Amino acid sequence: MVTIYIDGKPYQVDAGQNLLHICLSMGINLPYFCWHPAMGSVGACRQCAVKQFRDENDTRGRLVMACMTPAVEGLRISVQDPQAVEFRASIIEWLMENHPHDCPVCDEGGECHLQDMTVMTGHTYRHYRWKKRTFRNQNLGPFINHEMNRCIQCYRCVRFYRGFAGGRDFDAFSNHNTVYFGRKTDGVLESEFSGNLVEVCPTGVFTDKTFRKHYTRKWDLQTAPSVCVNCSLGCNTTPGERYGQLRRIRNRYNFNVNGYFLCDRGRYGYEFVNSDRRIRQARLRRNREAAFESVAPDEGLQRIKEIVKKSGRTIGIGSPRASLESNFALRTLVGPEHFFSGATVKDHELVTEAIKILRDIPSSMASLHEVETSDAALVLGEDVNNVAPMAAYALRQSVRCKPQAISQKLKISDWDDTAAREAVQDQKGPLYLATIADTRLDDMATRTFHASPQEIARLGFAVAHQISPTAPQPENLDSAALELSKMIAQDLKDAESPVVVSGCSLEEKSILYAAANVVQALRSIGKPARLFLTLPESNSLGLELLEPGSLNQAFAIAREDNVEAAIILENDLYRRSNPALLEAFFKSIPSVIVLDSLDNPTAQKADVLLPAATFAESDGTLVNNESRAQRYFQVFVPQDDIKESWVWLRAIGDALGQEEPGARKTFDGLIADMVKELPFLAPVQEISPASGFRIAGAKIPRQPHRYSGRTSMHANVSVHEPQPPQDPDSPLSFSMEGFLAEPPIEQPPASLIPEFWAPGWNSIQSLNKFQEEVSGPLIGGDPGKRIILPPDPEQAAYFDEIPEPFASRAGELLLAPLYAIYGSEELSIHTPGEAQLTPPLRLEINPRDAQQFNLTGETVLQVSVDSQVFELPLHISASIPEGTAGMICGLPEMPYVALPAWGKVTPKPVNSSTENPG
Amino acid sequence: MERPLTQDLHTDGTPLALDEYERTGGYQTLRKALLEMSPQDITNVVKQSGLAGRGGAAFPTGSKWSFVPMGPDAPRPKYLVANADEMEPGTFKDRLLLEYNPHQLIEGMILASYAIEASVSFVFLRWEYKVAGERIERAIAEAYQAGYLGKNILGSKFDLELHLHVSGGRYMAGEETGLLNALEGKRANPRSKPPFPQTSGLWGKPTIVNNVETLSNVPHIIDKGAAWFQGLSLTDEPGTKIFGVSGKVNHPGLWELPLGTPMQEIINEYAGGMRQGLTIRGVLPGGASTDFLTPENLNVPMDFKSVQKLGSRLGTGTMIVMDDKTCPVGMVLNLEHFFAQESCGWCTPCWAGTQYIERTLHAIENGEGQIEDLDRLEAHTWKLGPGNTYCAFAPGAVEPLQSALKYYRADFEEHIKQKHCPWR
Repeated sequence: MVTIYIDGKPYQVDAGQNLLHICLSMGINLPYFCWHPAMGSVGACRQCAVKQFRDENDTRGRLVMACMTPAVEGLRISVQDPQAVEFRASIIEWLMENHPHDCPVCDEGGECHLQDMTVMTGHTYRHYRWKKRTFRNQNLGPFINHEMNRCIQCYRCVRFYRGFAGGRDFDAFSNHNTVYFGRKTDGVLESEFSGNLVEVCPTGVFTDKTFRKHYTRKWDLQTAPSVCVNCSLGCNTTPGERYGQLRRIRNRYNFNVNGYFLCDRGRYGYEFVNSDRRIRQARLRRNREAAFESVAPDEGLQRIKEIVKKSGRTIGIGSPRASLESNFALRTLVGPEHFFSGATVKDHELVTEAIKILRDIPSSMASLHEVETSDAALVLGEDVNNVAPMAAYALRQSVRCKPQAISQKLKISDWDDTAAREAVQDQKGPLYLATIADTRLDDMATRTFHASPQEIARLGFAVAHQISPTAPQPENLDSAALELSKMIAQDLKDAESPVVVSGCSLEEKSILYAAANVVQALRSIGKPARLFLTLPESNSLGLELLEPGSLNQAFAIAREDNVEAAIILENDLYRRSNPALLEAFFKSIPSVIVLDSLDNPTAQKADVLLPAATFAESDGTLVNNESRAQRYFQVFVPQDDIKESWVWLRAIGDALGQEEPGARKTFDGLIADMVKELPFLAPVQEISPASGFRIAGAKIPRQPHRYSGRTSMHANVSVHEPQPPQDPDSPLSFSMEGFLAEPPIEQPPASLIPEFWAPGWNSIQSLNKFQEEVSGPLIGGDPGKRIILPPDPEQAAYFDEIPEPFASRAGELLLAPLYAIYGSEELSIHTPGEAQLTPPLRLEINPRDAQQFNLTGETVLQVSVDSQVFELPLHISASIPEGTAGMICGLPEMPYVALPAWGKVTPKPVNSSTENPG
Repeated sequence: MERPLTQDLHTDGTPLALDEYERTGGYQTLRKALLEMSPQDITNVVKQSGLAGRGGAAFPTGSKWSFVPMGPDAPRPKYLVANADEMEPGTFKDRLLLEYNPHQLIEGMILASYAIEASVSFVFLRWEYKVAGERIERAIAEAYQAGYLGKNILGSKFDLELHLHVSGGRYMAGEETGLLNALEGKRANPRSKPPFPQTSGLWGKPTIVNNVETLSNVPHIIDKGAAWFQGLSLTDEPGTKIFGVSGKVNHPGLWELPLGTPMQEIINEYAGGMRQGLTIRGVLPGGASTDFLTPENLNVPMDFKSVQKLGSRLGTGTMIVMDDKTCPVGMVLNLEHFFAQESCGWCTPCWAGTQYIERTLHAIENGEGQIEDLDRLEAHTWKLGPGNTYCAFAPGAVEPLQSALKYYRADFEEHIKQKHCPWR
């Protein structure tokens, strides 16, 4: 720590930290553009100029850029110095010479950093009296608007897109005041992190194209803290609503999880909430042949009561995309022994196994932030870009950790971004990728290894053995894999904080074991290695923590045990199981009760269908891949007869007289019951204050202080302003009234911040007012708590279930699952832009196999696997290992196939009449 | 008068061939240095000689070299770059050395590379210098063939590659760090200092960038010693300087003269004085990005300190003379047009400020000026000053403007009052 003087006042600050970071952390407002808390300083915009004085006798001083000036003992600066103030106002004047005065029609208006900084500097009148420069804009695809005339040349976009997100199809072109930020030609931005440009851009050059279709000013959006439902990482989000429609998703900072960024699947995957396929009314049908009829909710409940009452046995099938609370409510309703996982049989097994592993070595679980700060990484099996995109972003940053030693040796601060990158050049820390085929992270990799799932596992076992000879060794490893395992082992041993990233996507248990062994082996030699496992869905871990039976067990009970009714919670089982098995299952159950938000094949099988709320209309808890329980809140009250699933299930329980009176009337009560029954879930109760929480006696409003039109919004229906909906379940209110945060003086706990917004800071940049320190944790601690907690038990035993070497089979290929960021996930595909980017159905085959099977480029293949036959176009891909084939799973047109599995692949016979079951 | 850099040049426009250069003593110094001197010795001699950078900044060359990390632990490869991207308006002195004596430059580069243990070197050449490019390319090939470049040069175990790199053609590529970015294939934006190129330069490795004239001096200094070099000048700043004069003089041209030669002598005796009927109204002493000097200062000795004392800079030492029939507003507009066009677009005061200046001057020159414009221009000269912008480009760009506003303010006011250029 050193003492510096800002306008004569002493401050204790970190030595070497830049002055802009320091000022903002100390609550001193200083305007800036090119600096970004996650991207460091480059000194381009010159907006954060302050006056520096040699000593207390120096009265002249000189202007320096705060972002480029490190704090040293005794340093004296002035933010308020008149020359510095004038200079900063001049910067705005210069920027305004070309910036259009189109704020009233600009999507950024009202949450624009440029507006905020303009007001902050006090610049008002500009003297420029000539034409502004203009540009031609580009069509950048379905997610991003491009409006270059607004550009202020801060270079943040290109620095983020290329330098941090690793994109290549975006650049800065031309010079002087006509630098152009865009692509060489029009086209969809390739990076899966492109949506962050919307938040990285300090003004309205890049804005959200999906938002524009139903645009609303920030001040008119009702918001609540939420969590992304589009993969297992649980990135924190801020969804915004108006008129019952979800309008957009923005990043919600969480130091441990997603930091400042989101992936495009998460950011844009919200449109299913507004889908016309939403189920909005309860529906019944008299018999399986009859059509659905919409009924009043009570009638639906009455029918369920009748069904369940007369039922000998009711089973419940939970869901990896439903909240912990809804799953628990179902479990309680049907009894734990009749509660089954709604995940695929394989996912159920794998996630259960992952939980065991995490419980064995809980202190080794990595957060996303810890992946980002690891100095060596081994990825076993996961194509993270497509499965858990923000993990790919984190790994991209991780390779920059080790080479920091080079710049640090040159006394270059880590925040000095251009200098640090210049010193490091393209040197990267170790990153090893063992995957089925090419991934979009390959450009960062030290080495890649493309092989079958079992060979990936064997490589992992070999690495563990190389690190610690007590770890079991795979037999008959080929020499190339052996050499690679030695190289990986050495790099992991040499690292300070290595991480192993693995997961469930290849549906291969031994890969999880191998990953665990590597971490165990490293820890046995004293390395604080960490494990990061990606899981299939947003609440896979939460579901399996409730210890459900498997889907196969549900099918067996249904077959053998006179089950009268099944309640299926937020789950399209056709994405989880072989269709033939499902047909048999539905046939064997007299009454099927489905709760879901979107119409799907399972909903079509229901005898009673109840409209379930989406994440945006619910309170709930999701447990992410590292067992972090995170609360999300209703952004708005669902319309029509839609209710949160746990509310429906509670109502069913009520109708059956199951409820102890008053016990589970509230969300808090439900959580209390859950913790009572499963005490290891205690952290769930602690992640956010209970519904009775008040600040100065007031609730926290979801609507901002400038929310407009409330008295007129429904005036076309009635001039009487309706009573705002009540929220008995959380400390948030559906109104403008209540506690108004004025950070950093007073603000809600981090888990209850509906939107980042501070006086003078209307954009997302207001975050600095909510953090303990710039880019540090939120004041009072980041939301979310891990359920699986340290300390470690005794060193757990190594896993020794090493698979046999992969052996190809004559006439067959091992079909392995591939994933598509847009397409493999169930909900986000309902966003038209994401649907547009979904890859076509195809089977990817190695050229040599194609040759052997006499397949050529244009062929349509007949694929027999898992007692199903598909027709898929052939796609020859050199990176698919010989003897295997890759099939993108989860695509809407494809029925479920349990992969990996051996399949017969033949060219489609001429005049074949086989119909594609999809 | 000794003119080490130019006395052996042909007068017929052809370059000194390798054997001709060798006959003047060329590459003899290299032989002596590589076999008998340590890298440290070379740096020491250059340090003692007091040679200062001839690109305009006058940074002591030997000191610059001494910041390069040396010895077995130093990062490698290290690089030496000859900055031949001569693009300063009014400046054409390096062109002479490049076209007429490329081997002198190459020998200087080898010596400098040896001094800093560089193993790769580049000539970074202005795109438009086509003739120089051909000649340097040929000279490099000859030097390789003669064993002055490549592996184990002259049996000394010293290896050096030399490449010619032709610039994409932007003024900013001639700025030391912009040049390094351009060489790396990036935008020719400047870099912030620290770190200095001496420790983190080309591809993040220790790098020295020296001007062509600076490097061309090195063989002579190593050959004849520091004392000889100091004896060449008329002042305490050692060596000769290639001075140039352009503008409406009788004989525009270049002359290698002792540092400290009075400006008046250069203009009147070497450039033949002003053309008939014209008198001097002002001189930019060292290229477009230096302040005007007025006629009463013509006796200034042309060295770095003396010119600086008058509020300008020696810069490249190539004077642009403004006569009394030329509109100063038009001249400054012409210069500022160049700077506005060449700004790389990185820092706001530069890319926006130079545009503003150009627009305003354009308005004044065309009768659309406002009297307040002069204060606004004045404000720009401090706002674009040293430290306020990312590199030295903008501070240089406002030097002619700030002095023009000081010395020729009445001309600006007349433009505004008469609503047209009084010279037209």
